Amino acid sequence: MKFTSVFDIIGPVMIGPSSSHTAGAARIGRVARDLFGRQPKWVKIYLYGSFAETYRGHGTDVALIGGLLDYDTDDERIKTAFQEAQAANLQFEFFPETANKEHPNTARLVMGDDENEMSVEGISIGGGKIEISEVNGFKLRLTGGMPAILVVHDDRAGCIANVANCLAMHNVNIGHMEVSRIERGLTALMVIEVDQNIDKRIIDQISYIPHITKVSKINN
Amino acid sequence: MDVLFHSVRELVERAENEGKLISEIMIEQEMLISGRTREEIFSQMDRNLVVMEEAVERGLRGVQSVTGLTGGDAVLIQKYIASGKSLAGDLLLDAVSKAVATNEVNAAMGTICATPTAGSAGVVPGTLFAVKNKLNPTREQMVRYLFTSGAFGFVVANNASISGAEGGCQAEVGSASAMAAAAIVEMAGGTPQQCAEGFAITLKNMLGLVCDPVAGLVEVPCVKRNAMGASNSLVAADMALAGVTSRIPCDEVIGAMYRIGQAMSPNLKETARGGLAATPTGKAITHAIFDGGDLKSLLKSRAANN
Repeated sequence: MKFTSVFDIIGPVMIGPSSSHTAGAARIGRVARDLFGRQPKWVKIYLYGSFAETYRGHGTDVALIGGLLDYDTDDERIKTAFQEAQAANLQFEFFPETANKEHPNTARLVMGDDENEMSVEGISIGGGKIEISEVNGFKLRLTGGMPAILVVHDDRAGCIANVANCLAMHNVNIGHMEVSRIERGLTALMVIEVDQNIDKRIIDQISYIPHITKVSKINN
Repeated sequence: MDVLFHSVRELVERAENEGKLISEIMIEQEMLISGRTREEIFSQMDRNLVVMEEAVERGLRGVQSVTGLTGGDAVLIQKYIASGKSLAGDLLLDAVSKAVATNEVNAAMGTICATPTAGSAGVVPGTLFAVKNKLNPTREQMVRYLFTSGAFGFVVANNASISGAEGGCQAEVGSASAMAAAAIVEMAGGTPQQCAEGFAITLKNMLGLVCDPVAGLVEVPCVKRNAMGASNSLVAADMALAGVTSRIPCDEVIGAMYRIGQAMSPNLKETARGGLAATPTGKAITHAIFDGGDLKSLLKSRAANN
C-alpha cells in the first residue's frame, strides 16, 4: 500500500499551490538534507517530467530549496526561500531535463560542500507523499514516512549482521530493510527503516564497525 | 501491512456488519496502523479542520494569486448570493464560493490542507462549510466528515491515483468530489451503502477529466473545477439520499478511473502541453507570465473581446 494513513489523504497542511509539486518537493529537499547530514553549500537540481515542465508556476523550485533549508511543508518562508538561501550561503542551480524517468514527478539533487558530495533522487507520488528512489547511484525505495538509516559499506560478509546486531543491542526494531550494490565485492548500501528516531550515539557506533564507510539518517 | 479495508465494498461491509459509521472504521484503522490514541488522531484532524476554516475565511475576504491570474471570484459569488437572485440555490452556490475561496488561497501560496491534494483542496471544505449551515453538525460530526472523506480517498489513492500528473484531474478534483459526496451523505444521516452510492455517482461523472493547467499553474482551470466538483458532490449526495443507486459498483468505477488515467496522453496530465493550456489564450498567458509579457493588459483585452 502506497498510502497508509488517513493524513496522507486529508493533509498535509501546506503552502500552496500543489501538493505533489510544492509540498512533495519541500519534502524531497528536506530528506536530501537529512541524508547529507547538514545543509549543503551548493546544489544542482535536475528536474524531470511534469516537474521539468511546470516547476516555476508550482513553486517547485522554491519548495525544494526550502526543504534543503529544513523547512516543513507549511513553513511560510518557502515563498522567500531563494532569498533565505542566499542568507544561508546555499548556492543553487536548476536544470529542466527532457529524459523520461519512471515517474512523471522526479527530482535529482546533486549537492555538496568542502567535505562531501552526494546525489539523491526523489519522486513525488501525489498528495505530498514522496519516495527516495536513488542515493549516490544506488536504487532504493524509501518513503520518508518512517525514520531510517542509510549505511554505505564494503560488500563483505558480516557487514549486515554487524549493523543489525548493533541496532538490536540498542533495542531498535527494524521495520523494513533492503541491501543493494552496484557491483559484487565493491560498495553496497543498506537501507533500514526503523520504528523510532535513532540518536547520534548509535549512528557513531555503526560508523566504527569495520567496512562501514558512511552512515546517514532520516528522522521523522 | 494489515488494514481493515482495501476496497469500498470491504469498507461498507465492515461498517454495516458492525453497525458503525464509515468515519468510525477510518478512525479505527488509523489507530491500528499508527498505534496512536483516538484522542491524538481526532485532535490532528481537528487541526486540519481549523486550517480549512481559516483558508475559506481568508478567501472570502478576497485574495489575489502571485501571477494575478486568479482571485476575487469567491467574493463575487457571495455578493451574488446576497442579491437573492441565485438560480441554483443558496446552499449550492455557497459551497461553490467556499471551494473557490480555498483554491484562490492555494493559488496565492497561502496555507491550506491538501484534500486529497492542493489543487483539489476546495471541494471537501467548500461542501462542508455550506452543508454546516443546513445540518448544524456538532464539531465531532464536522471532524468525522473529514474521516469519511479520507476513508474513500484512501481506497482511491491505493487502488487508482490522486495525482493529476499520474491520472489527470479526474484523480484530483474527481476523487475530492466523490469523497465529499460520501461525507455529505453520512452527515445527512445516510447509510454506509448510500455513502458509496454518492461516491460512485460523483466519480462516474468526473471520469476522463484532463489535467491541463494553463502555464502549468494551479489556477486555470483548477479553481473553477473545484467549484464544479463541489456542486457535483451536493447533487450526487442528494441523489444517493433519495435512494438512487449507481449501476456500476463503486470499486469498479475506481478501477475505470485508474485505467482511463493510464490511457490518457501525457499531454493531458499536468504537463501544460495540451487542453486549455495549449489554446491560443493559454499560450499567450504562459508567454506573458514567464517571458516578461504584460498579463494585465492581455487579460483585459481578452475580457473586452468576449
